[in-house]
Amino acid sequence: MTEIKPETDTLEVRIWRGRDDGRFETYEVPARENQTVLDVVSEVQRHHEPALAYRFSCRVGVCGSCAMTVNGRPRWTCRTHVQKVAREGALTIEPLRSMPRIKDLATDMSDFFDKWHRAGGRFEGTRTRHDPIQPVDPESRARKTANAGIECINCAVCYAACDVVAWDDDYVGPAALNRAWTLLNDEKHGDRRGTLDAATAAGGCGSCHTQGSCMKSCPVGISPTRSIAGIKRMSLLDFLNMRGQ
Amino acid sequence: MSDATVSRPRNASRNHRSYAAFIGHRLSGVALAVFLPFHFLALGLALEGRAALDGFLAYAENPLVKFGEFGLVILLGLHLFFGIRLLVVELLPWRGDDDDRAGIIGWGVALAVALGLVFLWGVI
Amino acid sequence: MTEARLFALQRLSAMVLAPLVLVHVVVIIYATRSGLSADALLERTTSSFLWPLFYGLFVVVAAIHAPIGLRNVLREWTPLPRRGVDGAVAVFALVLLALGLRAVWAVTGGGVP
Repeated sequence: MTEIKPETDTLEVRIWRGRDDGRFETYEVPARENQTVLDVVSEVQRHHEPALAYRFSCRVGVCGSCAMTVNGRPRWTCRTHVQKVAREGALTIEPLRSMPRIKDLATDMSDFFDKWHRAGGRFEGTRTRHDPIQPVDPESRARKTANAGIECINCAVCYAACDVVAWDDDYVGPAALNRAWTLLNDEKHGDRRGTLDAATAAGGCGSCHTQGSCMKSCPVGISPTRSIAGIKRMSLLDFLNMRGQ
Repeated sequence: MSDATVSRPRNASRNHRSYAAFIGHRLSGVALAVFLPFHFLALGLALEGRAALDGFLAYAENPLVKFGEFGLVILLGLHLFFGIRLLVVELLPWRGDDDDRAGIIGWGVALAVALGLVFLWGVI
Repeated sequence: MTEARLFALQRLSAMVLAPLVLVHVVVIIYATRSGLSADALLERTTSSFLWPLFYGLFVVVAAIHAPIGLRNVLREWTPLPRRGVDGAVAVFALVLLALGLRAVWAVTGGGVP
């Protein structure tokens, strides 16, 4: 892989310190040719500010723990090369949007997970260990549709990217609705009625305005916009069928 | 370097077409909703006699008013075509994971402006 | 009125409005070219029962569609409380319905001849 020389010798890194009240602190770290934003945050914590709070785990782009706002966009910092995002050697790093701040770059994700449940994301099994395994055709349209959304690791990047989440506390958000959609297409799920009702309730799919920011920012390539469109279609058809009752 | 004490990450993921379409659709909708009662009141002048309606229509010949009407026709067109895009996105199958029908945005703007120009051509 | 129902009404009213709006734009363009005096206008709009039918439907469907849309805008972009927003848009719906049907009445024959 060809390595590109960095624009400047050092990086000027503004990092949010505190909670909702707080301030930006600026640190200087050397600019290197092969450097991710997570490398930068780690370097600041190890050599400049031991009290800096941040989350990471796998550091190779499979766990989603290191998601932060980098120069205004929510991203996985371990998968964000500094040279792709730094502007004239400057970086601004903040916690993910729309979640209460615990400290510095770490946020409280409880609401995010609560909403996952609220949107009908809990799987309801119908068989016991005494029943034969229910066969599911992997080539069926429903299964393929579900598969398109099941890789979500709940990193909350889409949630942070979504303006409606920021504007409306009630909105469950793209990840929760994407999850609901996978269950709506899962023939093993015993409560598709319940999931549909939950996903179309107040704060559900009706609040999505197809801005598409979630789709653009998902690090795993999922399209919550597409999933939510599916729920909307299902909701409309469901409404029309009900009118006959 | 400023040591700002406020962190409200501004969403840099807004500079893409479907976001612009959202804004266009929403703002045009608000403008039309605000306009509508006045439109109804103007038409309702017919209840007060032809002279009353003629008085308003004469006032509306003012170029500024005509320009405003030109704008409204475009806004109506934008709202219609961006709305059709949403119906397509929500009701028709997606042809890929990123098929948010971005093409309709460009066409929608062009057609809306075209409608406005046809209107304008008829009134100048 | 559940959220799912409001959502369905919004989409269904949109589907009805789309062709109505296209016709209306054609009518606007035709009307502005053929003459916009009260006489010319009213002669056209009182000529057939289809006008009050068309515009009556237009008004009713618009009075459903616009308030539901505004509800989202008010909830997301203003600090107004939820209940207040619901009340306000309900009032707006009635205002649109009343003024709109009055306008249809005015130009399709109910007005002063």
